[in-house]
Amino acid sequence: MSDNFMPSAVEIMRFMPEIILILVGTIIMVFEPLVDVKRKSALGFVALLGLVGAASATFRAMDNPGPAFQAMLMVDGFANFFRLLVIGVGILTIVASFAYLKREHAESGEYFALILFSIAGQGVMVTANELIMLFIGLEISSIASYVLAGYLRDDKRNNEAALKYFLLGSFATAFLLYGVAWIYGATGTTNLTEIRRVLTNRDLAPAIGLVGTSAALIFVGLAFKVSAAPFQVWAPDVYQGAPAPVSAFLSAGPKAAAFAIFLRVFFTAFEPIADKWQPVIWVSALATMIIGNFAALLQTNIKRLLAYSSIAHAGYVMVAIATHSQIGAAAVMFYMVAYAFMNIGAFAVVTHFSRQGERYVDTDDLAGLGVRQPVTAALLSIFLLSLIGVPLTGGFFGKFYIFKAALDANLVWLTVLGLLNSAVAAYYYLRIIVVMYFREPGESTVDLQPLSPGVLAVLWGSAVATLILGIYPSIVLDFAGKSAALVK
Amino acid sequence: MNLLNLVLVLPLAGFLLTMILPKNNASLIRLFSLVLSLAIFVLSLGLTSPFFQSGNGNWFVTDVPWIQSPEIRYHVGVDGLSIWLVILSTLLTPISILVSWKHIDKRVKEFHAFMLLLEFGLIGVFVAWDLFLFYVFWEVCLVPMYFLIGVWGHERRIYAAVKFFLYTMAGSVLMLAAMIYLYNKANTFDYTNLVDLIQRGRLSFTGLEQMLLFLAFFLAFAIKVPLFPLHTWLPDAHVEAPTAGSIMLAAVMLKMGTYSIVRFCLPLFPQAARECAPWIVILALIGIVYGALVALVQPNMKKLVAYSSVSHLGFVILGTFSFNQAGLDGAVYQMLNHGISTGALFMLVGFMYERTHTLEIKDYGGVSTPAPWLSTVFLITTLASIGLPTLNNFIGEFLVLQGSAYVSITWTAIAALGVILSACYMLWLYQRAFMGETNEHLKGHMHDINPRELAAAIPLLILMVWMGTYTKTFLPSISAANARILEQSKAGIEMKVDAQNNKTARLNQSAPTGDQPNVR
Repeated sequence: MSDNFMPSAVEIMRFMPEIILILVGTIIMVFEPLVDVKRKSALGFVALLGLVGAASATFRAMDNPGPAFQAMLMVDGFANFFRLLVIGVGILTIVASFAYLKREHAESGEYFALILFSIAGQGVMVTANELIMLFIGLEISSIASYVLAGYLRDDKRNNEAALKYFLLGSFATAFLLYGVAWIYGATGTTNLTEIRRVLTNRDLAPAIGLVGTSAALIFVGLAFKVSAAPFQVWAPDVYQGAPAPVSAFLSAGPKAAAFAIFLRVFFTAFEPIADKWQPVIWVSALATMIIGNFAALLQTNIKRLLAYSSIAHAGYVMVAIATHSQIGAAAVMFYMVAYAFMNIGAFAVVTHFSRQGERYVDTDDLAGLGVRQPVTAALLSIFLLSLIGVPLTGGFFGKFYIFKAALDANLVWLTVLGLLNSAVAAYYYLRIIVVMYFREPGESTVDLQPLSPGVLAVLWGSAVATLILGIYPSIVLDFAGKSAALVK
Repeated sequence: MNLLNLVLVLPLAGFLLTMILPKNNASLIRLFSLVLSLAIFVLSLGLTSPFFQSGNGNWFVTDVPWIQSPEIRYHVGVDGLSIWLVILSTLLTPISILVSWKHIDKRVKEFHAFMLLLEFGLIGVFVAWDLFLFYVFWEVCLVPMYFLIGVWGHERRIYAAVKFFLYTMAGSVLMLAAMIYLYNKANTFDYTNLVDLIQRGRLSFTGLEQMLLFLAFFLAFAIKVPLFPLHTWLPDAHVEAPTAGSIMLAAVMLKMGTYSIVRFCLPLFPQAARECAPWIVILALIGIVYGALVALVQPNMKKLVAYSSVSHLGFVILGTFSFNQAGLDGAVYQMLNHGISTGALFMLVGFMYERTHTLEIKDYGGVSTPAPWLSTVFLITTLASIGLPTLNNFIGEFLVLQGSAYVSITWTAIAALGVILSACYMLWLYQRAFMGETNEHLKGHMHDINPRELAAAIPLLILMVWMGTYTKTFLPSISAANARILEQSKAGIEMKVDAQNNKTARLNQSAPTGDQPNVR
């Protein structure tokens, strides 16, 4: 027994990305006070190094997949796929943040460290193979995110966002934890594959009421994290209030990780009662799409608009989960990659455009950006067209795979309603393009500085990735398809 | 790389190159895109050569895998149906660029880039043989046209651009759903495979299934055509678009809808197409008469031409849903005719707008005195548009009426009413704008047509006469392609009936299999 507790070298290698992230994050926190105020951005580069290290450790872990730490973690292709995604999101966020932090006079090491901790938490989430581990990962990720949302502590909007996010988020995780307790009480285990085994065993399976309640409670917790209806209310306030780069991060990183565990829990542990949860997800997906899209139609604040758009996109992903199929899981994975690029790109433009104190965040402020800064406007147009789902962009194939999976699973009505929803969505994204190109430049673009190198790099990187995903989606899809097979 | 791929890739390359040309050198950008689009036109003429030799078949085929899962192929080729529409696109692009030479003076670079991107999308739509690829090109066309209307259009351009985009988008998402459904059923997006599977009875749908699939496709196409009552985006888009945008929109983009109906709706869903035909024809007839009547009372020239399009496109739909050789030939011929004569009308109205900055008919009058050549060109185009014999529209309208008369003489009578009405509104327009006393404030503004404008108009005038007198150049290849489509469309139904008969035969045991009734 005793020597079993000692993790083997292989297991440590499998967990190496998170170890690196935590170590680098801690190092940054330790050296933070020693670094001169003007040189704080150096810590950002340390964080980037840490992320690159974690990414290469993930590639190493990929060669040697398997469980770790008494099967508490499952480091398979699925986990590594999402690990790479959240690490990529972290890199893009940090690169886009340099100019922002400088502008807001808020450069400090803790910003970068918090991002690393949050990503480490997401890494634990996506590798977790049992519910307690999953909860720990979720909490590491969430607590770092709460602090990030209120990072500019003198800003009222930041404070409001952080408080709302924290209070509602704590509620949601409490629900999740309660659900974990129920399922542990009912089955005597928190391990996902064990739960599945108990549920499929006719002699051991507890009453459906018990299992269903625990699944419902866990659904509440996870639906909150992915901002699926009816638990989406926090998202617009938080995304609007939080610093723009943090909003970008929240809408891509924690969300992707939450979807990963959504898949893992419902496709593994609760797979035996799929016919019970499928209708719930069906309804939630439809409600999420409708609420997100129709509310976004009315928004004038661009951050709030992107928040509602992100709710709508969560709805599309829920459609893929409702399929309860392997290609549905692959579609989720592809979508989260495409979504991360286009959404971070869009938020990066907001980061650049809003200027000090985020004064310019109305859609009307973008008037004439197409004349004043044609490159910025053109790149934002690519992201918006991708969010609409125009072919030759990643967003199109994302939607395509999701709705293909949905039709495969015979969800014809959900597909038709979802596609009509995406036509509604075209309106509010187009409105931004209209303002940028078809309106005369206003005063809000007069003192606009050229793009900072960091934001420029993020914009080009995301735009190229969006187009590559739109022209040659196989590179990601093949990987996703292979990894999705492992979620059972 | 065969000729077709070259013709397809060059506009895209031109789009990218234009993007990196220096922004402030407007004449270089104009010259570059004009020369390039002319070169594309000349190259595209080479595509016609096989059709003069055999007239039949699918040429310049490239079929390579693009995406493995789901299997999507880059499968392109031209047949007698698409070749002339490709030529129409490549011809009207340089003409539109020439027309916009002076007219477009802001954001010149983006304008020409979008024109070339539009050409790329349009050619792609006509040559794609993979449903998915087709959808991609279909949507690609949307973006440049949206910007062309929205940036360079007239006063209500934003409303028109957004309306145009949303209408098309709403239709095409349903088409996408139908395509995916089709793929899940047949496991292929390839058009030739699909038709083949249906022909051999390997792929069959229940009645309801086929009807819904047909309607999903048809709705997307009907919005583009546009079929009454889905036409309301068209007057807005046409009137608000800049001249070049109106030309491309009327002459080529509307044909995306009619072409796709012929190409996809007939062979893939023959049964549903026939069941819906009476209803569709009624809508087409309403469109013909309604479009003409509304055109009659328009005070605005561009709006008048726009509504005349609704009327003319009704003929194309009527011919298509007659399901016979004459009707279908007439429909396809009419697509080309409408492209040329309405394209020319929008161009001429654009010329007049450039001189006077007004589109109201009442602001004109007696234009023929200061601008005799312009008036002559306008008159020829008017006569072509109303279907004067020896000019192009006559042939198309005649064939359509002939084809519809095989089915129902009432249809023909109502459609013929549209021909008469078209003479009314066009000639009345001509009378009010060009005849009589020269309007006071036109003096000094109304210059005659200049060499650049004439150069843009002459190719279209030549084609009006050519297509009206020497149909042998165009019709044989069109007929051959249409015959094949009719064949496929019929075979799809016979197959179904055979299968049903076989089933009953097996049930009854007694019925001899040779006794199956032939489907007419």
